Amino acid sequence: MPKPYTPKVITANALLEGDVIYLAADDRWVRALKDAEIFTDEAVAQVRLLDAQSRAAEAVGVYLADMEPTKDGPRPVHFREEFRAKGPSNHVHGKQEHA
Amino acid sequence: MYSYTDFDAAFVAERNRQFRAQVERRISGALTEDEFKPLRLMNGLYLQLHAYMLRVAIPYGTLSSAQMDQLALLAEKWDKGYGHFTTRQNIQYNWPELRDVPDMLDALEQVGMHAIQTSGNTIRNVTADHFAGAAADEIADPRPVAELLRQWSTDHPEFQFLPRKFKIAVTGAENDRAVIKAHDIGIQVVKRDGRIGYRVLVGGGLGRTPMIGKELSPFVALEDLLPYVEAVVSVWNLLGRRDNKYKARIKITVHEHGIDEIRSLVETRFEETRQAFGTAALELFDDIAAQFQPPAFRNAPTEAFDAAYETDPTFRAWADTNLSAHRATGYAIAQISLKAHGATPGDASAEQMRVMAQLARDYGHDELRITHEQNVVLPHVHKSDLPAIHKVLKAHGLATANIGRISDIIACPGMDYCALATARSIPIAQEIATRFDELKIENDIGELKIKISGCINACGHHHVGHIGILGLDRAGVENYQITLGGDATETAALGDRTGPGFPAEGVVPAIERIVETYMAQRSGPEETFLQTYRRIGMDPFKAALYGEEAGKKSRAA
Ligand code: HEM
Ligand code: SF4
Repeated sequence: MPKPYTPKVITANALLEGDVIYLAADDRWVRALKDAEIFTDEAVAQVRLLDAQSRAAEAVGVYLADMEPTKDGPRPVHFREEFRAKGPSNHVHGKQEHA
Repeated sequence: MYSYTDFDAAFVAERNRQFRAQVERRISGALTEDEFKPLRLMNGLYLQLHAYMLRVAIPYGTLSSAQMDQLALLAEKWDKGYGHFTTRQNIQYNWPELRDVPDMLDALEQVGMHAIQTSGNTIRNVTADHFAGAAADEIADPRPVAELLRQWSTDHPEFQFLPRKFKIAVTGAENDRAVIKAHDIGIQVVKRDGRIGYRVLVGGGLGRTPMIGKELSPFVALEDLLPYVEAVVSVWNLLGRRDNKYKARIKITVHEHGIDEIRSLVETRFEETRQAFGTAALELFDDIAAQFQPPAFRNAPTEAFDAAYETDPTFRAWADTNLSAHRATGYAIAQISLKAHGATPGDASAEQMRVMAQLARDYGHDELRITHEQNVVLPHVHKSDLPAIHKVLKAHGLATANIGRISDIIACPGMDYCALATARSIPIAQEIATRFDELKIENDIGELKIKISGCINACGHHHVGHIGILGLDRAGVENYQITLGGDATETAALGDRTGPGFPAEGVVPAIERIVETYMAQRSGPEETFLQTYRRIGMDPFKAALYGEEAGKKSRAA
């Protein structure tokens, strides 16, 4: 049996601010993970990734990150994505400032 | 202090102008990220986890008050009100926006600073003993040589696309405070028959394959130094492995070819470079050295110091840990700890930077130093001024009395900022410092250096910490490996692993057990942790860390 596909979001850093961004269903780049589109189909994710990567004047380092879907939106599988979604732990800076 | 020539200023201004245009082209979409990345890295601009990061060089760790004030201005105007001083005598800004970076670089240029060659496969910011020109044990100030090397290496046409980064450190004293044995080239000022010369080490480095540097030459005369170093870099430039970036550093080249083969290749190449160099470097050196003349020290009584030392226990504790011997009578070298218990190692707010700048202006001949241990130094202060200095430091959260103590921790940015990290390092440092402050045993423990890195790149020097901590990702969980017995000085050594790693919440208890073991085993309070470790070895520490656990497990079974 093929391994089940781990759901994913498309993420990158914003070209101008460097801030972590996610791709939303309506093709906008959003700042909050909860607003990201979550992909459960690998083929769809790959096509969306190619499109997102072509938006070079908006985003840097576009990639797919593993997520677990929850009722509050995607939840990171790995702690690195948790930190990206939240900001550093030593200062209340980054996304936490506006949360 | 050294001030840049018109040539330097014009060069930096031109680079800034080019970079401003490159940023504009990137924003307009004319440059792709692949095209832009090498250009931004050449100017010290990284993209990290949450934001861009600008790394500014502080050559040989020396700053004037005006420069420190300007660093404060950058922190306030374009960052979040603080900066992070690093183990390579740089300052890093964690939150600049791409559009602002050209303005930041122009602001730096106004005070003779820049971010050139703080990144990329070039010869990086040359570091030096942070007590340079002040230390009682010094043969000669290492900074003129460091500056000579800086001028030679900046924009050196042959060395802009090296196999990998290349780091040089210089010490002017036998006591190595610049970790020269962990650099690609380490240079030590030595004296032979009354003549000053340079001992050259090669092939040290940390990272995933840590190596202690080996002696390439015991004595290189001043007039030969640049051609000699050029010979070393050019031999490696041809021989170094470009096929695999993990094998590209000179330490691997030296390891694979052996020091004797490298030496003979260097000697051959040196015959050529020496011809080409002539005597221009010597004249340049004299001009540079003239700008590093010591300040006019004053001859004054030190009673004010003695009185405060007798009557003020807080001052005494600070004086005992944070002062070092100065070569001039009545003077001291004062270290300002950026390691307040529970704070981020190496961070300073804009206000703190301005306070330190003003102290240097009022009492310290306008000079500040940044140490690779992420602290700040007032290199020349008269002892009678120390009570007043201490008072100001105290008022701004800068009077922590912990230099060389267990809470004076080196920590890299780790996964709180760094895109390469496998785990966090800052919170671990914060927890250890907070815990040992609560226990109130820091002074009893004495000298103990903890160094933490958030991945195997070892920016936090963990291999050479008396206690080293390396953060890893073990199956999606942060896990910390501990090493003991590392040493960053002239008796450099790499630490030994204690055994399996610890989860984040297990690190502080593990450090406590290591410290308890040391306290129980030491022959007396004067035997340091490192000496005790060298005498008794790993076994007692292993037993303290894993023995009980294993015992519990077998009892439970
Ligand atoms: C945050 C962005 C950073 C990145 C991307 C980065 C990257 C790296 C990499 C890839 C290496 C390994 C090089 C090799 O072994 O060939 C390394 C080593 C090193 N870095 Fe960093 N680093 C960063 C921050 C820092 C900081 C904050 C410091 C100072 C505190 C620092 C100082 C060093 C030192 C001392 C080494 C080991 C010495 C050596 O080069 O062998 N780095 N860094
Ligand atoms: S050691 Fe690793 S985590 Fe720490 S700063 Fe260097 S590259 Fe980043």
